Amino acid sequence: MATLMTERKRSALTRNRLPRYSPWAIAAGAVVVAAALMSLIGFNVFGWAVLSAVLFAVANVSAAAIVEGRRKAVDKMMTSLVYGAFLVALLPLVSVIWTVLVQGIPGLLTPGFLTTSMNGVTGAVDNASVENGTPVLGGVYHALVGSVLITLWATLISVPVGLLTAIYLVEYSAGNRFSKAITFLVDVMTGIPSIVAGLFAAAFFAMILGPGTKTGFVAAVALSVLMIPVVVRSSEEMLKIVPNELREAAYALGVRKWRTILKVVIPTAISGIASGITLAIARVIGETAPLLVTAGFATTINMNVFAGWMASLPTFIYTQIMTPTSPSNADPSTQRAWAAALLLIILVMLLNLGARLVARLFAPKTGR
Amino acid sequence: MSTTKLAPAKGAGPERSGRIGDKVFSGAALGAGALIVTVLFAVALFLIVQALPTFTANPADITGGEGFFAYIFPIVIGTLIAATIALLIATPIGVAVALFISHYAPRSLARGLGYVVDLLAAIPSVVYGAWGASFLASQLKGPYAWLADNLGWIPIFGGPASGTGKTILTAGIVLAVMVLPIIASLTREIFLQAPMLHQEAALALGATRWEMIRMAVLPFARGGIISAVMLGLGRALGETMAVALVLSSGPLIASLIRSGNQTIAAEIALNFPEAFGLRMHELIAAGLVLFVITLAVNMVARWIINRHKEFSGAN
Amino acid sequence: MKALHIGRVAAVLAVGALALTACGTDSVVPPAAGGSSSAASGPSVTGTLTGTGASSVSAAMDAWKAGFESANSGAKIQYSPEGSGAGRKALIAGAVQFAGSDAYLKDEELASAAEKCGPDGAIDVPWYISPIAVAFNVEGVKDLKLDADTVAKIFRGDIKNWNDPAIAEANPDAKLPDLAITPVHRSDNSGTTENFTDYLAAAASSVWTDKKSGDWPASLPGENAKGTSGVVKTVTETAGAVTYADDSAVTDALGKVELKVGDSFVPVTAEAAAKAVDAATVVEGRNANDLSLKLDRTTTVAGAYPAVLVSYGVFCASYPDQATVDLVKAFGTFAVSEDGQKQAADAAKSAPLSSELAAKAKAAVESISVAK
Repeated sequence: MATLMTERKRSALTRNRLPRYSPWAIAAGAVVVAAALMSLIGFNVFGWAVLSAVLFAVANVSAAAIVEGRRKAVDKMMTSLVYGAFLVALLPLVSVIWTVLVQGIPGLLTPGFLTTSMNGVTGAVDNASVENGTPVLGGVYHALVGSVLITLWATLISVPVGLLTAIYLVEYSAGNRFSKAITFLVDVMTGIPSIVAGLFAAAFFAMILGPGTKTGFVAAVALSVLMIPVVVRSSEEMLKIVPNELREAAYALGVRKWRTILKVVIPTAISGIASGITLAIARVIGETAPLLVTAGFATTINMNVFAGWMASLPTFIYTQIMTPTSPSNADPSTQRAWAAALLLIILVMLLNLGARLVARLFAPKTGR
Repeated sequence: MSTTKLAPAKGAGPERSGRIGDKVFSGAALGAGALIVTVLFAVALFLIVQALPTFTANPADITGGEGFFAYIFPIVIGTLIAATIALLIATPIGVAVALFISHYAPRSLARGLGYVVDLLAAIPSVVYGAWGASFLASQLKGPYAWLADNLGWIPIFGGPASGTGKTILTAGIVLAVMVLPIIASLTREIFLQAPMLHQEAALALGATRWEMIRMAVLPFARGGIISAVMLGLGRALGETMAVALVLSSGPLIASLIRSGNQTIAAEIALNFPEAFGLRMHELIAAGLVLFVITLAVNMVARWIINRHKEFSGAN
Repeated sequence: MKALHIGRVAAVLAVGALALTACGTDSVVPPAAGGSSSAASGPSVTGTLTGTGASSVSAAMDAWKAGFESANSGAKIQYSPEGSGAGRKALIAGAVQFAGSDAYLKDEELASAAEKCGPDGAIDVPWYISPIAVAFNVEGVKDLKLDADTVAKIFRGDIKNWNDPAIAEANPDAKLPDLAITPVHRSDNSGTTENFTDYLAAAASSVWTDKKSGDWPASLPGENAKGTSGVVKTVTETAGAVTYADDSAVTDALGKVELKVGDSFVPVTAEAAAKAVDAATVVEGRNANDLSLKLDRTTTVAGAYPAVLVSYGVFCASYPDQATVDLVKAFGTFAVSEDGQKQAADAAKSAPLSSELAAKAKAAVESISVAK
C-alpha cells in the first residue's frame, strides 16, 4: 500500500494532497490485510471489523502525515478517534437495547399485558401457565398508570421550581451571595443518594399526615428532590450560553426584562432546556428504591395520587425480578419484567419526542 | 453576570403591567431559589439527625467492631474506584460521541443519533444492572483471566480472576455505559450552541476541522463539559441498583478483576431493608458521607468552571 | 413559561397513555379458578389491611391476598416486600397493621412495640416455612450426602475442590470432577443467611466459628449476588458454584445436598422442614400467645431437615378498633388455616404448617383483641 501512496503523492505533488479516492483505497486495503491477519490467528467477524477499522485509521493517518503534513494528520487522527469512540459507545448501548427488545417483546405482545393489573395473579397461576403452556396472565396497567402519574406530578413540581431557579441564577442574581448559596446547595442536592430522598419524603409526610403515609404524591415529592438539581443545572448551563447580544438587543428595543427572558432567552435555549428536562425525567422515572418507601407496592389499579398505594414500572420490574410471583417458575415473572422495562423505555421515548416537538415549535430559526 | 446593569430604564413606561410583570417574575424566580434552599436544609437536617447516633455510639457496636471510620473507609474507596473507572471511560467517549453528533455526522443522521442517545439515558438502572450481571459479566470472564495471567504483576490486575466476572471493573464499565448518554447528551447541546461565527472564521483562516473545534468549540464548551461530567459523576456515585446487581462485593482489595470492594450506595440498598436501630443510623451516616463526597467533587468542578467564566455568554 | 408548555405536552402524553389503555382492568384471572374457597368461616369482613416486611413470603402473600379477597369481597390486603427489618420497624411505628418477618421480634423491638400496640406488645405467629437448600452446579451430580461440618468447610473455603476426600468418602457413587468450588452467598442482609448461618453455627460448631448473622461473614472468600434469584442465577451460570437458597427457587438444573441428621441423610422436602419446625420450642419469657420458635438445628429427629427458615406474621396484641381486629383476625386465621397454607404451598412451593402448629397459630391470632 505504501508504494501506491508514494505514486499518488508524486502525481498530486503540486497540491500536496491525497487524492479523493485515497480513503476508499486505504479502506479496501485495510479490510484485505485484516482478513489476512485474522485468518492467521482464527477468523471471527467481530475481530475482523475491529482490526480493519484500526488498520484503516492508522494507515489513513500515516498517509496524511507523509503526504499532507502534521496538521492534516492530526485532523485525520482526531476524526478517526471521534468515529472510533462513537462506534465503541454504540457497542454496549446496542447490546442493552437488543437484550431489552429480545426479552421484552414476547411479554409486551401477550394479550392483556397492557390492559390488566396483577390483581389475583399468584404463583399458582404462573405455575399453571408454565405447566399447561398457556399465555402468561397478569399485566402492567396499574404500574404504567402509576409511573405516568407520579412522574407527571414530579415534573409539575420540579420544572417550574428548577427553571425559575436557573433563571434567577443566570438573569437576576448578578452573582450575589444568595445565588452562590443556591449554586452550592444545588450541587449538594445532586449528591443525595436516591434512597435518602425517598426516606426524607416519607419522613416528612409521616410527620404531617401520620406514620405510614404512602401515596403517589409522596413519591412525586421524593422524585422532585432528585429531579430539581438536574433541571437547575442543565437549564442554567443552557441559559448561560444564550449570547448577551440578544438580551441587549431586546433591552435596546425597550422590551421589559421578564418579557425578554420569556420571549428571547428561553426560546433560544429551549432545545437544550427541553433536553435537560427530558434527561431529568429519564433520571427519575427509572428510580426504584425511593418509590418503594414512598408509594408502597400495589398490585391493583389506583388512579389517585393522593390516596392509597401506587405501583410503578421500576418497582414492578424490580419485584418481578427479585421476588418472582412464583419462586419455582420464575420465567413468567422474568418475561413481565423485561416487557415492563421495554414499556418504560417506550414511555420515555414518547416523552422525549414530546419535548423535542416543544423545542422545535418554540426555538427560533437558526442556521442549524 | 452583570446583566442587571443593562436592564432597561425604569420609570414611567407606557405599560404599568410590565413593571408588575417584572416584579412578579423576579419574585417567583427568587422564591424558587429560596424553596430549594429550604428543602435542602430540611434534607440535610434529616440526614444529620438520623446519622448522629452513629458518631456517639460505642465503636465496638458499629459493624466491623472498629468504629465508624474503619467501617466506612473501604466502601468510600470502593465508591471512588467505581466512579473513577466509569468517568475515565465515559468522559472521553461521551465527549467524542457528542462531537461526532454535532460536528462530524451528516446532519440527517445527527438528529436521529441525538435522539437515540437521549433515549439511552432513560433506560432504568435495574435494566442496566440485569444486563451487566447476566450478559456483560460472563463476557468479561475470559478477558479477566487473560489479564490475571499476563498482567498479574500489576496490582490492579492481580489474580486469581473472578469466576463470575462480577467485579468492580465490571461495575465501573456498567456505570460508564449508564453515564455516557448523560455526558454525551448535555455536551452535544453545548457544542451545538458554540458560536457559528467563530467556527466559520476559524475555517476561513484555513484551520482544519479539528483545529476549528479546538479553538472555537472546546474552549467555549469547557464549563459545560465539566458540568455534564459532574452530573454523570453524581449518577455514578449514587447509583444503587446497577451496582448492587452487578458487583460481587467484599472487603477492599486493590485488584479490579477479583470479586471484592463495595460502594456506599449499594451497601445502603443491600442492608437497609433489614437494618434496625444503630445499623440503620449507620447506613444513613454512610449516605451522609456519600453526600459529602459528591459535594466536594462538585465544589472542585465549580471552582474550575469559574476560572473559565469568561467564555460564558451571559457575562 | 415554557415549563407550562412542557407540562402540557406531558399531560397530553399522560392522557394519551391513559386513553390508550383506558380499558385497564383489575380482573385478570378467570374467577372460576378459586371459586370453592371456603375461607369465609363467618361473616365476611371489610376494610384495607396494610403490611410490610420480608420478601420471602411475597409469593405466599400473593396467594393469601387473592384467596382472602375472593372470599371477602369488601376486604383488601396490601403488602410491600421491603424486607423484614423494614416491616418490623413499620409495625412498631404504627405505620402498618402487620409485618412479615423472617425473624421474630428482638427483645428491644418488643419493648418499643408496646407504645403503638398496647401494653401487651406484639405477637409473632409462624405462618410460612421454607426449607433452605444447599444447591450446587456440578455437571452430572444431582445429589450429594454431606454432614454439617463438610458443608461449613465448603462455605468457609477450607474444602476447595469437588473431588476432596471429605466429599468423596460420603458419596462413593457420585462422579466428582476435579473442579474448584466457588461458594456463592447473599450480598444483601437476609433472613435466609441468618437461618443458614444459625444452622451452621449450631450443627458445625467446631468449624463455623462465626456467629449467626443476616450478613454473611465478611472475612470469608467467595462470590455473592443479590437476592435468592440472584444467587441461584449466579450458581446456574458458574460451573462448580455452590450456594444456599430457599428451596422453592432452586431449579432442576442444580443439584441439592442431603444433610446428615442423626445417622441418616435427609433430602430437602416440605415434610422434612415441617418436621424440624415441630421439633422447635417456643421462646420463653414473652407474651403467652407469642409463638416465637427456637429451632433445634442439631435435632436428631428422624426425617427432619434442620436448615429451615420460619417466617412470622407479626401482629399487635391489640388494636384500637373492632373493625381492624376483625380484619386482622380474619386474615391471620386464613393465612394459617389449612386452606391458606395449601394455597401458599401451591403458589410458593413452601412447606405447610403441621396441623398441630397451625392450631396453635390460629389460637394465637384469635387472642388479638381491642385495646381497652
